[in-house]
Amino acid sequence: MKPPRFDYEAPASLEEALQRLRESGDDARVLAGGQSLIPALNLRLANPGRLLDLRRITSLRGIRRLPSGALAAGAMTRHADFERDPLMQRHLPIVPAVMRRVAHPQIRNRGTIGGSLAHADPAAEWPALCMALDATIVVASASAERRIPAAEFPLGVYTTALRPGELIREIEFPAWPATRRWGFEEVSRRLGDFAITGAMCTLDIDANQRCTAARCVIFAASERPQLVAAAAELVGGPVTEDAVARVAKAARHSISPLSDHHASAEYRLELVETMTARVLKQAAAMAAPTQESIR
Amino acid sequence: MNDMVRIQLQVNGANVEGTVEPRLTLADFLREHLDLTGTHLGCEHGVCGACTVLLNGDSVRACLMFAVQVDGADVVTVEGLAPEGALTDLQANFRRHHALQCGFCTPGMLTTAHAFLRECPCPSREEVREAISGNLCRCTGYIPIVDAILATAEARNDGGAQGAGEPK
Ligand SMILES: Cc1cc2nc3c(=O)[nH]c(=O)nc-3n(C[C@H](O)[C@H](O)[C@H](O)COP(=O)(O)OP(=O)(O)OC[C@H]3O[C@@H](n4cnc5c(N)ncnc54)[C@H](O)[C@@H]3O)c2cc1C
Ligand code: FES
Ligand code: FES
Repeated sequence: MKPPRFDYEAPASLEEALQRLRESGDDARVLAGGQSLIPALNLRLANPGRLLDLRRITSLRGIRRLPSGALAAGAMTRHADFERDPLMQRHLPIVPAVMRRVAHPQIRNRGTIGGSLAHADPAAEWPALCMALDATIVVASASAERRIPAAEFPLGVYTTALRPGELIREIEFPAWPATRRWGFEEVSRRLGDFAITGAMCTLDIDANQRCTAARCVIFAASERPQLVAAAAELVGGPVTEDAVARVAKAARHSISPLSDHHASAEYRLELVETMTARVLKQAAAMAAPTQESIR
Repeated sequence: MNDMVRIQLQVNGANVEGTVEPRLTLADFLREHLDLTGTHLGCEHGVCGACTVLLNGDSVRACLMFAVQVDGADVVTVEGLAPEGALTDLQANFRRHHALQCGFCTPGMLTTAHAFLRECPCPSREEVREAISGNLCRCTGYIPIVDAILATAEARNDGGAQGAGEPK
């Protein structure tokens, strides 16, 4: 298994990369961590004429806090960076927790958020996590920049809202309110394997135990991660066992899972209901974060 | 297309230069150009971990990188973990705890564990299991490997030879 021949370039700036991307048309692919693209090349599933390696573009790397309290991460920020980053640990605690379930340490040391979003594997954690956090994907081309809500980014298996000539530049995560709690769970054959099905949620619960906002995402069940619309029913009251069971049942009825060699559609339906209930309960049971621990 | 590219990097502490095709993987560069055959190739798509090396201190898959990508970088292979003719404390513990049989997975296990112990010097058994979750071993059943890594951490924490585990 050896990769096919290609031209290789490592542009020094984003402008140069975008220019080269425009000139090369369909023949070029950008190379980020290579943890999905290089296996595809090794297996000869991909055969681009040119690879544009983004590794030298330092402006695409790193996590910063915006004045609004939002966090912004460059597309080339690695999974391991999110796992270790103090800003993430403090202001978006769900992110490092989810990262520990993305592949293995050696892959997290190379794989990037931009690569994962662009690759759009339905079983990958990042597209679901960005949806759960209501993130915005900032994409750039040689002529313009667009902001795409994370929920509109994955279109199907390995397909996204990216247009030819565009690349992901940055991801913005809105500020995490002090009242927010979260839940995350996935089933996989072995630690580090892609999920068979997973769920994650955030719940905002005020001092009177009233839920003021709820977002729940199911992934690795159908062609793309899906928001559970019924989670909205939790808003306005306390998160009771009954309410959770209703949302979980509604989640089951809202999804048409895939059958593949990992699991049947029926098994995935069971998982969707069970996991939705579990993550909502996890979040509801989580000790309320103090103002101090968030700021 | 397919022009040869000159690269320059540090491998196991020595300056190395090479002229490579862009599609040459780091694993093949190490094995075929530098004759460092300690880095093993199992699956060549990132699953087995036999090719794990250290890149600027982090454990990575040498089969999922191109040699052109490591231009200017610092690479340590299993050959670079110990001074010539000696074993590191980690390697000695692998031997003591019967953590290798055929030895195919061993280089990847050692490089992975080496980087892990630097980041997490007092691991729990569960953390060690998690750290080597990306390395497949067909022979040992993993338990002796986990024992060897834990024993190394414990000895180091008891004031054992910390320095012996550092690459030259
Ligand atoms: C053994 C193994 C297990 C894995 N397990 C998991 C897992 O459990 N969960 C999980 O989520 N992932 C898993 N992965 C995938 C891993 O997370 C990849 O790192 C990720 O999917 C791709 O990111 P990358 O940076 O490596 O991208 P690359 O492989 O470099 O690129 C992937 C694709 O995205 C495009 N691309 C890259 N960057 C950009 C950009 N900025 N803008 C536009 N397009 C871009 C590339 O052209 C390519 O088409 C696994 C991988 C391996 C090898
Ligand atoms: S050969 Fe690299 S992970 Fe298997
Ligand atoms: S010792 Fe044989 S594969 Fe691990």
